Amino acid sequence: MNTPIRRLAVFSMILFGALMLQATWIQGFQADAIREDPLNSRQYSERLTEQRGPIQVAGEPVAYSEDISEEDDPSRYQRMYNGEDLYTPIVGSFRSYGASGVEEAENSLLDGSDDRLAARNLRDILTGHDPGGARVELTLDPEVQQAGYDGFVNEGKNGAAVALDPSTGAILGAVSYPSYDANDVVSIDDQEGAVDNYVELEQDEGKPLLNRALNERYPPGSTFKVVTAAAAIENLDASADSTMDAPDTLDLGRPLPNATPGGTCNNGQPDSLAHSIQISCNTSMANWAIEMGGAPLSEQATAFGFNQDEVLETPLEATPSLAPEEDDRNVLGRAGIGQGNVEATPLQMAMVSAGIANSGEVMTPYVVDRIQEPNGESTLSSTEAQPYSTATSASTAQTLTDMMVLVTEQGGSGTNAAIDGMDVAGKTGTAETGGEDGTHNWFIGFAPADDPEVAVAVVIEHGGGSGNENAAPIARQMMEAVVQE
Amino acid sequence: MSTAAPEAPTELPPVKRRNAELALICVTIVITMSAMAVAGLNLNGQIPGAMWGYGLLFGAMALATHMALRWIAPYADPLILPCALFLNGVGVAMIWRLDAADSGDIEHAGIGMQLVWTAVGMILCIALLFFLKEPRILQRYTYISALAAIVLIALPMLPVIGISEYGARRWIGVGGFTIQPSEFAKIALVIFLSSYLVTKRQVLSLAAKEIKVGRFKILDLPRARDFMPMVVGWVMAIGLLVVTKDLGSSLLLFGTFLAMLYVATQRSSWVIIGLTVFVLAAALAFQLFWHFEQRVNIWFNAFDQEVYDAVGGSAQLVQGQIGMAYGGLFGTGLGGGDAHNIFAADSDFVLASIAEELGLTGLMAILVVIFLLVQRGMRIALASRELFIKMLASGLAFVVCFQVFVVLGGLLRIIPLTGMTTPFLAAGGSALMASWLMIGLLLRMSDNARRPAPKAIQDEGATQVIRR
Repeated sequence: MNTPIRRLAVFSMILFGALMLQATWIQGFQADAIREDPLNSRQYSERLTEQRGPIQVAGEPVAYSEDISEEDDPSRYQRMYNGEDLYTPIVGSFRSYGASGVEEAENSLLDGSDDRLAARNLRDILTGHDPGGARVELTLDPEVQQAGYDGFVNEGKNGAAVALDPSTGAILGAVSYPSYDANDVVSIDDQEGAVDNYVELEQDEGKPLLNRALNERYPPGSTFKVVTAAAAIENLDASADSTMDAPDTLDLGRPLPNATPGGTCNNGQPDSLAHSIQISCNTSMANWAIEMGGAPLSEQATAFGFNQDEVLETPLEATPSLAPEEDDRNVLGRAGIGQGNVEATPLQMAMVSAGIANSGEVMTPYVVDRIQEPNGESTLSSTEAQPYSTATSASTAQTLTDMMVLVTEQGGSGTNAAIDGMDVAGKTGTAETGGEDGTHNWFIGFAPADDPEVAVAVVIEHGGGSGNENAAPIARQMMEAVVQE
Repeated sequence: MSTAAPEAPTELPPVKRRNAELALICVTIVITMSAMAVAGLNLNGQIPGAMWGYGLLFGAMALATHMALRWIAPYADPLILPCALFLNGVGVAMIWRLDAADSGDIEHAGIGMQLVWTAVGMILCIALLFFLKEPRILQRYTYISALAAIVLIALPMLPVIGISEYGARRWIGVGGFTIQPSEFAKIALVIFLSSYLVTKRQVLSLAAKEIKVGRFKILDLPRARDFMPMVVGWVMAIGLLVVTKDLGSSLLLFGTFLAMLYVATQRSSWVIIGLTVFVLAAALAFQLFWHFEQRVNIWFNAFDQEVYDAVGGSAQLVQGQIGMAYGGLFGTGLGGGDAHNIFAADSDFVLASIAEELGLTGLMAILVVIFLLVQRGMRIALASRELFIKMLASGLAFVVCFQVFVVLGGLLRIIPLTGMTTPFLAAGGSALMASWLMIGLLLRMSDNARRPAPKAIQDEGATQVIRR
């Protein structure tokens, strides 16, 4: 009977061999693939309970991790957000199944896995400290942000607003309305509830998850006229006094009327560039575009930041804006007044405004001011102001500024943006949307006009009124938050 | 086989090696205590009090068993007890670690009744060694063991006391405790098969017909009327499967049956026929009674989102595999992983927990120790003279081996996943007691096999000379 026993022993060896081979296959060779499987919820939930570095605005944390474990238990960190809906479009949220905003863009710094933190983490481990994530300080100015957000709350209309420091490109405010409170979607104790809340936001018709300031394109309407004017000055040697035909209606396939009081710009006579900007004349600006041709207009827009193949990273990715080269006269004419195929994000229009404010030099917009070590002692890196493009010459920028100041003065189209005691440059916009939902109402501008500290762009989605009525007050409040400090 | 080469010597030298055993046992105690210390350090940065409490208690129990062995079975194989204690100790540490993470309270984390059952198991083992000096007397109880096996298997099917949980009916409830009778049934079955097959092996090995393909012999078909035991075994296995839905126990018992049939008759045809028919019948049964497709899906397409989300789907299996993936080669360290979040992490999935926290390395170590235990059992079978003992030892060794294959093979997706305990490692009193009883039988048989044969006529006289 010994032979079959020996064979049974060999058979059991084969069974164990099979187990060992398969275990080696799974734990040795398949491990990476299994860990990366979408069914692996650990990859999120693990990170979810880690201590992340805070995201700060003006030195105060707007996102931070708090240990919510009972005494003596292993630490469990809950991500918390301050400011309710105010900062969410920029700060984002760090959820069990993904992240958005700065939480996503600077994830490796916040969770401490970035190479720049490697040396520091090693030191922490050796000295017995908990290695933590870096602190991310944003460029946002809480007062600007609050002013913009309050404006939308008061009007109760969807939209977005961006405020830039024209000399550096720092984003001082980036409002997207409606927004949401990130605390609702990040609970680690009630993950199901958090996911439910997120799904509800996803299905919300107001699209609270969308950061309109950076990622939604709107027809810029008349605010784009400053780009057309810039192109006219640069390409056609136009000046503020140069005139262009300004009929009460212009035939562009279908008639283009003027939206000015009485439907006329200069009683049917040719209108000066400065006056066309001041009162926002449609027909003369359309004619300027037709006069110069599609290429110069599109190139001028590109110089301001339109038509980029590369996504601008602030480090939040900004959707590129469009101003394609038009061959068709009718379409080109409409492009000259920011209609047709022209589409711009609020950030892009703020860059137009800031470029003019900064003597024609557009600075690269950025929202992360500096990265600090976990304890906040020293700065790992800080964002340097970087030129983005040269949009116009300094003299062109000055000419544009002077024209835009007229907009907010008596007789201009954007008087609601005027601030006592200083000149404010501005441009209103009322963009047709092609539907029955009402026009988008825009305002772009900067203040003070002679020494700009802040440049803004505000859009009210389907505001149905004028830029002066709906957008200019919000723009003014945001600018005031900077210049009246 | 008559044509086989001269066999290697099968006798075991009459050496005790009890001191070697003691040294190995001390190592297992150190390993158990270190495992708890590591888990504590990983969980809250402190060496837990449990390391001393549970660790030393376990150590004392282990040493007591060892001392009893010196007295009752001095020639017993010195590797078996350390192997069993190693597995038992790692299991205790793992269960403590999982409870500590589950309850979130390290200082008051318990190990349930695991240490109590360990003690009961050890006492059963020693008692068996003490009272059962000659295991061959078990051969007398052929049909009583058969009856015992059937009753034990059938118990969970009874109303009132039978408990059906997690899709299988394999427990009974008695006075607040749940018992898994199939754990004991396998011992009774091995005893029955050993004695029955030893007497019937001559008849069963008679071949009636050779089936050839060309010149090559494929199968020796047994005589039709000798199929009876096979039919009975097969009907019972399938019956068990249909009534309890417990594919694991059914597979284990039937596999053991086939292995022992092979050892008794040396006819591979029995195994091939039996296995083929069993697989076909099991497949048919699943198709008829349950969601056969889901079972297959869980096996082959575990990582499919739909299969994962389904009720009774692959979620647990996938989470086990994800845990193993996180373990990688060297593991997350005891207490460093997320094993406690997997359902049945301390029982059916204990090997997945070990693979996660101790890594492939740790899993291999565990497998090697179990394999060592199995091979010592086989060695005892070879060394023993009596056929019944040979059958009993090899049968018990194979039960341990096949049980580990069924449970870990399921976790690793070699075979469909079925619920089954892992000997010594899994939490649960029945499994632990049954395992210790099997160890007791193996120790007793090895003691008998290795004990030097009496050389002189023994009498009670004072003039007796004993030589070594």
